[in-house]
Amino acid sequence: MRTVAPIEIAQPHEASLSASDREAVFETRGLTVSYGKAPAVSNVDLSIYRNLVTAIIGPSGCGKSTFLRSLNRMNDLVPSAKVEGEVLYHGQNIYGDGVDPVEVRRRIGMVFQKPNPFPKSIYDNVAWGLRVLGMKDDLDGRVERALTQAALWDEVKDRLKKGAFGLSGGQQQRLCLARAIAVEPDVVLLDEPASALDPIATSKIEDLMHELKNDYTLVIVTHNMQQAARVADLTAFFTLERTEQGGHGVLVEYGETPKIFTQPADRRTEGYVTGRFG
Amino acid sequence: MGLTGAATLAAFLLLFGIAWKILDLSRPAISRYGFGFITHQGWDTVHRQFGALDLIWGTAITSFLALLVAAPVSIAIGLYLSELAPRGFRLIIGTLVELLAAIPSVVLGLWGILVLGPFVGAHIEPWLQRHLGFIPLFSGSPQNVGILIAVLVLTIMIVPICSSICRELFLSVPSELEEGAMALGATRWEMVRGVVLPYTRSGVSAALILGLGRAVGEAIAVSMVIGAGFGIHWSLFATGDTLASKIANQYQSADTDILRSSLVYLAGILLIISLLVNLAAQVIVRRFSYQRVGGT
Amino acid sequence: MATEAARFTLSPSRRTRRRKLVNFAMQGLATLAALSAVAVLALVIVSVAQRGAKALNWDFFTKTAATFGESGGGVANALVGSLVLVALATAIALPVGVLIALYVSEFAPPRIADLARLVLDVLNGLPSIIIGVFVYGLLVVGSGQAAWKGSFALAIIMLPLVARATQEVLALVPPTLREGALALGASRWRTVLGVVLPTSVGGILTGTVLAVARAAGETAPLLFTTSIVANTVTWDPRQPMLSIPLSIFQLSESPDPADHARAWALALVLLSFILVASLTARTLLARSRRKLER
Repeated sequence: MRTVAPIEIAQPHEASLSASDREAVFETRGLTVSYGKAPAVSNVDLSIYRNLVTAIIGPSGCGKSTFLRSLNRMNDLVPSAKVEGEVLYHGQNIYGDGVDPVEVRRRIGMVFQKPNPFPKSIYDNVAWGLRVLGMKDDLDGRVERALTQAALWDEVKDRLKKGAFGLSGGQQQRLCLARAIAVEPDVVLLDEPASALDPIATSKIEDLMHELKNDYTLVIVTHNMQQAARVADLTAFFTLERTEQGGHGVLVEYGETPKIFTQPADRRTEGYVTGRFG
Repeated sequence: MGLTGAATLAAFLLLFGIAWKILDLSRPAISRYGFGFITHQGWDTVHRQFGALDLIWGTAITSFLALLVAAPVSIAIGLYLSELAPRGFRLIIGTLVELLAAIPSVVLGLWGILVLGPFVGAHIEPWLQRHLGFIPLFSGSPQNVGILIAVLVLTIMIVPICSSICRELFLSVPSELEEGAMALGATRWEMVRGVVLPYTRSGVSAALILGLGRAVGEAIAVSMVIGAGFGIHWSLFATGDTLASKIANQYQSADTDILRSSLVYLAGILLIISLLVNLAAQVIVRRFSYQRVGGT
Repeated sequence: MATEAARFTLSPSRRTRRRKLVNFAMQGLATLAALSAVAVLALVIVSVAQRGAKALNWDFFTKTAATFGESGGGVANALVGSLVLVALATAIALPVGVLIALYVSEFAPPRIADLARLVLDVLNGLPSIIIGVFVYGLLVVGSGQAAWKGSFALAIIMLPLVARATQEVLALVPPTLREGALALGASRWRTVLGVVLPTSVGGILTGTVLAVARAAGETAPLLFTTSIVANTVTWDPRQPMLSIPLSIFQLSESPDPADHARAWALALVLLSFILVASLTARTLLARSRRKLER
């Protein structure tokens, strides 16, 4: 049971989310990612829509991160990874001929599970990407804007030249967010961004996402269902399908978050969100 | 427990014994020449006027030039073996580079004097003189022995050591740091330049200094190719001598006590330089560990 | 909409193309560096093999150097000399090195262990000619040269290598193994002798092989301790003996091309031994490490 496009439902608190209004930033067709022979995630058809937060949820091992990483070709960094199917970004297959992963990653940024700031100063962490990509005009201004958007500016503005390792975990993660949005991506992918953080830092990140979706399209992988319910407009539920070779992830259901959590169409979804399985 | 402790004590005593013995043997020369020995040029066996300056210069120029060439090559090889080479090649080429380190210095010296030297003297040095002869480094007449060939041989000795250490260092960079850079849309080289090299900066420096120490102490291969020349010259084509190679050359035919003692004085200077270089590498490694854990 | 589509295009911009070019050039340079190193290795091996093979014959291995003016002769004394010198040096360095490693790994308080490691590192970094001068001053002055004095110098060079290799393999022994023996009531020493050492034998062996390969190629320490030799084959360590590297060194200084040929042949023998020993040690090390990490 798979739904491909969200169903139009009138929501009292949200503007219309219908597919016809929104542009699909991503559309995956038959996406299968394998490490070596064993597929990790199999035959996914999913569309990601503009300026919305889309959450990917599911039990561990069901390929959520693998799916996310296939959206910005980070799986290319793993030698044994193989990608079949298509990932269309604004209509262009990012795995097509003539497409450079460097350009892909410039437009589709990523924040990782464990905060990974560079061993540089706070300023240089944000400025590095800008310098490399040639966005050197008004560097100070760009750095400040990125840090402001990541709700970090006030906390670091007096110590920009200090090392990034002096920040707390939550601050480091916001720095990584600032670093990613400084280069003006179209999409930001977040791979369990708050799982290594304490509850206060987590809620700061979640608040940020409500702001950021005005400027960016966000896709977040999370193992925390409540988090998905809090931040996401659309939610996709993946699960593990067992085979003789082991198991691989499949997309089960995809729709507006309230519906997924209150009226899931698939039994497996229902099992997961009510806590019976996974 | 006693036995193992005694063995360790013996090692401590050995180190001090070496320093002590060198000091002891060079005492006649030290009392005769004092510290002026270090600044005195010339090595006159007839008139018994000995000075270390020529040799200190020879050691310095051959070692530093060798390091100058070996440093980028070693870093490049380290990067190749850790980041760039296709997986299958890494082990093979890595092993081959390490085998280069296993070649004994006397064999490298033999190859240097009978193969490399004639080649450099007949082809490389004339070419350099023709095209770059206006630079004092490349003036003078080409020969089959000399400083340039010694520098090349020393480079061949330094590169395997440094590149092995560099490879280990580059492999130790956490993959999440590398991923963070790649996710921003950087190319592999930009990621190396922005993350890998700064992260390993101290370790690489220590590795290079260790390589320098190796070059400073090399006696056999250098003595075979450097031509046992005198004086301080600017030309790389000239013959010369280093502290270590002088000792190797002259010790056996040393017939007077003062000559022998002066040669040990040279050994003492070499020992001090070698210890300082070693110490510098250790200090860098320790500061490096502190940096990682603590501050910026 | 058209400008928006252009904004999202994924084909490389001019700037990106330039960056990719730089990336490609850097990769090329790194590959070039690695291949150059391999090329130099090949050049040296090929030179030694080509020129050395020519002088290899039965006489080479069985006779000593010809008397002045005659042709022919061999390097038998150097071959025997190297064997005795290295064997004796190993007999000294192996037990002492293992003992030191045991002390540092099992018994020493942490500060002393650190200091001992530092001392070993410094010893390892000392130029071998300084070791030669030291042993000369300690043992040769006044009493003459002898093979065992040369072995002593070689042992000093081998010591840090054996000690370090032993330490590394001792560190791989799982603590549970030690704890199990101690819990049964065995003393520290019995634990070491009965449990820790046997598991480490493989690593100690390979460390020794690497140290032997190093000692076999050393010339400088022997220059002043065992280089003035009679032209006969002797097995008596109280006599000075020629070693293969020393012989190469001396033959290279001669103007006679026949001597050069013999030097190449000796180099071939030496290099073959060292390369085979190094490769064997490396494979053994990898294997024993895998075994211990399981």
